[in-house]
Amino acid sequence: MNIITITTFLPLVGAIVLLLYSAVAGRDGDQEKRDNQYRWITLIVTIITFAVSLGAILKFDSSIAGPQLVQRSPWIGVLNANYFVGVDGISIWLVILTTFLMPISVLASWRVTKRVREYMLFMLTLETGMVGVFVSWDLLLFYLFFEITLIPMYFLIGVWGGERRIYAAIKFFVYTVVGSLLMLVAIIAVYQYCGGTFDIVEITSRLAANPGLIPGNVKIWLWLAFALAFCIKVPLFPFHTWLPDAHTEAPTAGSIILAGVLLKMGTYGLMRFNLPFFPDVSQKAAPYVMALAVIGIIYGALVAMVQPDMKRLVAYTSVSHLGFVVLGTFAFTEQAMQGAIYQMLAHGVATGGLFLCVGIVYDRRHTRMIAEYGGIATPMPQYSMMFMIISLASLGLPLLAGFIGEFLILIGTFVSTVPHAKLFAVLGATGVIFSAVYLLWMLQRVMFGEITNPENAELEDADAREKWALVPLVLMAIVMGFGPMLFLRATEKSVNSVRQIVVGTGEKSVSSVR
Amino acid sequence: MLKWITLAPLIGAIINGLLGRRFVTLFGQRVAEKLTGFIACASVGVSTALAFIAFFGRLRPLPEGQRLITEHFFTWIKVGSFQADFAYLLDPLSGVYILFVTGVGLLIHIYATGYMSGDPGYYRFFAYMNLFMFMMLTLVLADNLLLLFVGWEGVGLCSYLLIGYYIRWDVAGSAAKKAFVVNRIGDFGYMIATFLVFTTFGTISFVSKNGVAGFLEQAKAMPVEGWMVFGVLTIIALLFLAGSTGKSAQIPLYVWLPDAMAGPTPVSALIHAATMVTAGVYLTARTSAVFVKSPTAMAVVAVIGAATAIFAATIGIAQNDIKKVLAYSTVSQLGYMFLACGVGAFTAGIFHVVTHAFFKALLFLGAGSVIHGAHQEQDMRWMGGLRKYMPITFSTMLAGWLAISGFPLLSGFFSKDEILWRTWATGALPHNWGKALWGIAIFTALLTAVYMTRLMWMTFWGSERFREAHNDQHGHSADAHAHHGDPHESGWLMTIPLIILAMLSIAGGYVGVPASLGGSNHFEHFLEPTISKVEPPTAAHTGPAQITAQTESHAATPAPEPHGAAPGAQASQLAAHEGGHDVGTERMFTLISSVVAILGLIFGLLFFSRNPLWRAPKLLEDKYRIDELYDATVVEPIEGLSREGLWKFVDVKIIDGFVNGVARVFAGLAGILRYTQTGFARNYAAVILVGAIIVIGYFGFVALR
Repeated sequence: MNIITITTFLPLVGAIVLLLYSAVAGRDGDQEKRDNQYRWITLIVTIITFAVSLGAILKFDSSIAGPQLVQRSPWIGVLNANYFVGVDGISIWLVILTTFLMPISVLASWRVTKRVREYMLFMLTLETGMVGVFVSWDLLLFYLFFEITLIPMYFLIGVWGGERRIYAAIKFFVYTVVGSLLMLVAIIAVYQYCGGTFDIVEITSRLAANPGLIPGNVKIWLWLAFALAFCIKVPLFPFHTWLPDAHTEAPTAGSIILAGVLLKMGTYGLMRFNLPFFPDVSQKAAPYVMALAVIGIIYGALVAMVQPDMKRLVAYTSVSHLGFVVLGTFAFTEQAMQGAIYQMLAHGVATGGLFLCVGIVYDRRHTRMIAEYGGIATPMPQYSMMFMIISLASLGLPLLAGFIGEFLILIGTFVSTVPHAKLFAVLGATGVIFSAVYLLWMLQRVMFGEITNPENAELEDADAREKWALVPLVLMAIVMGFGPMLFLRATEKSVNSVRQIVVGTGEKSVSSVR
Repeated sequence: MLKWITLAPLIGAIINGLLGRRFVTLFGQRVAEKLTGFIACASVGVSTALAFIAFFGRLRPLPEGQRLITEHFFTWIKVGSFQADFAYLLDPLSGVYILFVTGVGLLIHIYATGYMSGDPGYYRFFAYMNLFMFMMLTLVLADNLLLLFVGWEGVGLCSYLLIGYYIRWDVAGSAAKKAFVVNRIGDFGYMIATFLVFTTFGTISFVSKNGVAGFLEQAKAMPVEGWMVFGVLTIIALLFLAGSTGKSAQIPLYVWLPDAMAGPTPVSALIHAATMVTAGVYLTARTSAVFVKSPTAMAVVAVIGAATAIFAATIGIAQNDIKKVLAYSTVSQLGYMFLACGVGAFTAGIFHVVTHAFFKALLFLGAGSVIHGAHQEQDMRWMGGLRKYMPITFSTMLAGWLAISGFPLLSGFFSKDEILWRTWATGALPHNWGKALWGIAIFTALLTAVYMTRLMWMTFWGSERFREAHNDQHGHSADAHAHHGDPHESGWLMTIPLIILAMLSIAGGYVGVPASLGGSNHFEHFLEPTISKVEPPTAAHTGPAQITAQTESHAATPAPEPHGAAPGAQASQLAAHEGGHDVGTERMFTLISSVVAILGLIFGLLFFSRNPLWRAPKLLEDKYRIDELYDATVVEPIEGLSREGLWKFVDVKIIDGFVNGVARVFAGLAGILRYTQTGFARNYAAVILVGAIIVIGYFGFVALR
């Protein structure tokens, strides 16, 4: 059986197993014991999924640009929609990132006691949805997965979230749905124009071979529809205000997944659809998109700087860091686009780690307010050390994950031929200064100094479970800083093929895509 | 081999970082300290030994002009045409650096095993120190701009960690954060410079690689940019300078260094005096090929250097905290080094880096010994007469004091004299800038002798004020559990490094005795191949402005100098940078700087022996209130804008206001539409009837038309 299909649906199978098990186990007996079994089942399923996905990277052939490890079978015959999954250089690491973050998220949810069964069911279906988004090579299938992820996340925020969870959940849902409905219209239009196919490879090659297939002004509207859906998801300034609420109110695991994976669905979509489908529009739009990205970088950083709430602070750093990704995507240079992919991965690790760290102290103190803390490095030295490494990775210290992506994006933007690219690179680089300000300021106020609040004096250091969740992230942050080529080799071909389509608009033949 | 120079301390850092805490639980505090200290010192020791072997065994024997050893470790980043490797480069410049970085570093590590004894974070301290050595050596040995940047940011990180080492002390936390952030402002410049180098030259490697000439070699082939012409080389140079002002604490980014004294004293000695803060000078010398192509950038470097030198010296004279005095002194001495670079005397700058590493490390370690012996007292007003109690510290510090003051024939004398002379005789700057800068520099030299004498007097001579101190409520450093009693001399772990450094401070200058004093200036000669020289401007590749500047500087009447040396210097100006020396004039200037140094010492002794507790003008004591100025003009506006403007207004009011407004409109519409759903069957029937009539009517209308 196809390894990508297994990776995608194993969590769903796990969810069914969990459901069946709970039916068998019945309602009587020790509730707590059963909850624990649910947790373990979920954890084991996510770990196996991760292991399977590692198999995919072993089988992955870096010399191929197009999709590989594919499975293709008819799905909805009438519409000519297929079940078509596979990975390429752009998606492979995002799949691994997803499966890597899931066991960590499950570990981070260990202290959830409310409706554990349902919680875990949502986590597992969410994983299938997220992996599905990255592996789909059929537009309709992609759309299906894209929307499926919304539902579990909506409930995770709305049921297990903080005080304003309902507001946050609805805001998240409505924002995203508004974007994705327009995208559905655009998908149908593309389907029509391209002779009735949802096959992404096919569409890309047809559009490349015949740029006039879609009339010019229609193309602009379609581009906008796709872009809006993805930019909301990223989120690009000014579509970002759902994010601080959703991140803040979501349970720890929800925040990790939101920041780590869901946001990447936006940047992934831009690179997968907007660029290769509409290369000419993308080129024209590039300076505007980059301008918004740069505004987002600086804006997110400045607003993060003044947040009194740790989670909200980290949420705004996402606005800033994802701004880098969008900047790099639209610079159309090898360095910038590879950097954008890398930044997605690094952000997943670093920001996922930051939310986990916040969650760990939240579990102990039930507050996210920075002012409530101070001096916790004294009772929690190991936790503090790991929190610091994660923060340094996030602020882009060389030899840690965040630096590589940011640097490649900035240098790639600097050499880009997009109008004003040099200016954007220089302005974007100021984000490097601000990220040091907000993260170090938070560290100082949370970890250092005398303990002013007696409640913090006796805090317990990270326990074994928390270390199992945190240490892999710390290690990844270091590995990604030292050995970027381990990752970049696999992405090179696919990124370049997308880049070729944009740079050499219409000139490149079908073969470069396949 | 080169990689092991850097990796040895990294291994030490990893062992101590991961296992240090376990050592304590396994063996107890005392044994664990010994073990941790041994691992830390041994790893640096290995690194030192390898550095000496690499330098004397492999680099020196190579024929002159071919002294270049490269070593590829692994390819770090390679995307498209951009490549940055973990690859090392040993040439005379990096060779000199690794020698004193490992040598002084080792001494300070040994000292620290004594100084930090009993500290609960012992293993953490040494893990950070070893990590610092790794980063610093990476910085120095890097063969490309990005790996240099790794070291550059890495030393910044270690600086951050070690300044904030006393984690429960708020002052330290703030100082650490300030150091990091201010450095990052400079790093922004460095990064943009790197981008520009890549776009201009297509490589960021210093030397040729894969058939592509290194960017320094390419820069050498480019024409000199005219005075006040902001060509690409000028901009690159100025951006590098921005980075250097951060790391090397020059105006306007020097503000973090004095605060950095919140770290333990060995840290101040190693990072904030001897090694890390000279990284900016290293960068300038390393990229001298770019700098010399831009008279504008050179002038800016020289002016910033001279301005920082005098500015910091005037503050230093007014401080009472012994470490603060030394901190401002460091800023001031770094200014000298930049001045040297700016006037084209890069080798003199590096020479001063080395001698400064000896005597400033000595002075800091001496101060640490004093603080240690005087029960964590740092305020010199509560010292006095300590020479009786700590004779070794006192006598070693005497050497440091005289060396930094430029007392004839000590190390600092040779390097500082070299800078002063080259400033006067420079051909790199237009008009009489060289002479004006010399004036500032010589006055700074006088101030240096004065404030150092003040420090020595207040600490070691005069009345014994330390007994009163304990009755007083005054600022203590982090470790406040002072056990009372008379000050005492420190243990041998601390005094032996002091003695070695004292010897180096005295004799270290003899590697660079200038020809005018009968030496052969080994040092300069050795470094020369790696350093670019300021080219004598010729019409072929200078803008008209440059020529005018040159002619003017020759035509101008010499400034009225009391010693009558000016005309000679004028004449020798061109000759000097072509390799020849007007020996007589140079000797004259040596005499002048000797006299100034001695005058400063005498004045200081006379003045401070009478007024040991003299209070300087408030403005100087308040450090010109530059921190307050920055807070008011930069920090607070940005914070206010972010909080009130961006967050509470744009985000909450405008964007969310819009979003929620739209939601409210829909809710309102839905509220109206709700009235159509009455639940009464006859209402629905009526609607259906109306609808049917409209539809039928429409089709009827269409059919009939």
